[in-house]
Amino acid sequence: MTTIIPRVRVPATAAPGEIVRIRTLLTHPMETGRRKGPDGVVVPRWIVTRFVAAFAGETIVSVEIDPAIAANPYFEFDARLEASGVFTFRWTDDIGAVYEVTQDIVVG
Amino acid sequence: MLLDRRGAIRAGLAAVAALAAPAVLGQARPRVVVVGGGAGGASFARALAMGGGGGVDVTLIEPSKEYYTCFFGNLYIGGFVEFASLGHSYAGLAVNHAINVVHDWALAIDRDPRQVVLAGGGRVPYDRLVLSPGIDFIEGAIPGWDIAAEARMPHAYKGGTQVALLKAQVAAMPQGGVFALVAPPNPYRCPPGPYERVSMIAHHLRATNPTAKILIFEPKEAFAKQQLFEAGWSDHYPGMIEVLPDAFTGGVERVDAAAMEIVAGGEVTRVDAACVIGPQRAGRIVQVAGLTDATGWAPIDPFTMRARADPFVTVLGDSAQPGDMPKSAFAANSQAKVAAMAILVDLLEAPGFAPRYANVCWSLIDTDDCVRIGAAFAPTPEKIATVDGSAFLSAVGEDAETRRTNYLASLAWYAAITNDMFAGSPSAAATR
Repeated sequence: MTTIIPRVRVPATAAPGEIVRIRTLLTHPMETGRRKGPDGVVVPRWIVTRFVAAFAGETIVSVEIDPAIAANPYFEFDARLEASGVFTFRWTDDIGAVYEVTQDIVVG
Repeated sequence: MLLDRRGAIRAGLAAVAALAAPAVLGQARPRVVVVGGGAGGASFARALAMGGGGGVDVTLIEPSKEYYTCFFGNLYIGGFVEFASLGHSYAGLAVNHAINVVHDWALAIDRDPRQVVLAGGGRVPYDRLVLSPGIDFIEGAIPGWDIAAEARMPHAYKGGTQVALLKAQVAAMPQGGVFALVAPPNPYRCPPGPYERVSMIAHHLRATNPTAKILIFEPKEAFAKQQLFEAGWSDHYPGMIEVLPDAFTGGVERVDAAAMEIVAGGEVTRVDAACVIGPQRAGRIVQVAGLTDATGWAPIDPFTMRARADPFVTVLGDSAQPGDMPKSAFAANSQAKVAAMAILVDLLEAPGFAPRYANVCWSLIDTDDCVRIGAAFAPTPEKIATVDGSAFLSAVGEDAETRRTNYLASLAWYAAITNDMFAGSPSAAATR
């Protein structure tokens, strides 16, 4: 079974009110269910269907993902933070697996 | 008169030179000098000697006495071909085509009065000059990666010992270790090459070190045959290979070959083996000859491959700005044929011709799973352009027999192009 590796890049610190860039990368094959493997058999559909980023328990980004998204989905977004807290990043795929990473940021 | 042995030899050489010089001048055979004996230069030298029918004096300047092809080096890393089978002698060019093969290093080009300056001290006059030195790496582009660092972080992007070194270092990785490939930005030699290399290293590791990981530090938003490689990696090496785009990492800032560290976006990644394929430019001799522009590559006339900067100099292969063509051995060989015909028209008033170019690049992903990309090309005043409708690319999900046929075609191509370059010189493998 493939190991799915979630990676995130969040700055360790930020000034209050500073806009910081958050980058996320999930190495995932995003099989559409329409491709044949080397054995001639269709490779079963296996895609990430949802990506959610939360800060201090509050959802800040939520993305529905379709098979048209290429392998290894990469999302980046900006956040303006007033206080320290914990980011939670969660990817859910259509075989029911959940990949989650948390990352602290110190604001002050 | 008594002469010591050395004196006798000197006298003898002087006599030969005195007889030979007027004879050559009397024949007035035009002199064509080729710098670089790879897919561009060696193919050109042979095509010109054959097409010229003895009417052209051909000199090939190449420092290596035995040439190891960079192409198929990945297959050696994967264990599909022997190292020795990549080595080729220039003897066939000398014996079969009377090409004067000079094993020396071209230091400089004196464009007036048209001479090549050799590291060994000699000067070689030319009527037409062909430069096909391949690529060089841009010095200082990746801080920490210099010629000394290439011992521990080889590029293996010129044939020979660098490729052998990389294979040995991959083989020496600890179980579960990390291999990193730092991919180059466009344009560079062999666009699918870094990804075929990753495939071949994964093929080796799957058998010997299945918990090892491969990281690709990727500066480009997309790379050649990307979907084909991604599907192949998912099929054959699931979970082993991770592509880390610059958008995510922030880009490789520096490497530390002593500590085996790659630093990207302030984050340090410790690796057990690494291949760093740095940003590239035209081979040094094309630069020092003053034939490159701000891009670092040599603009050429798409109809003849002549340098835009000097009609007496032709630039072939990876050093040239090839328009829509990729930098590949196939492309360099194709350009060599056009350039040889153009020079025969120029020097011997051979009939005119309609230049056409071609390219095919094969990439092996796993045993018998080989993909290909290719096209035909034709010159326009601006550039060498893809012929409409000629481009082809393997399809994701195509059948195994097609992929195996591709592999067999790639082996046949290797035999054909090396015969075309070296005039049937037996490869080193065959002689050992």
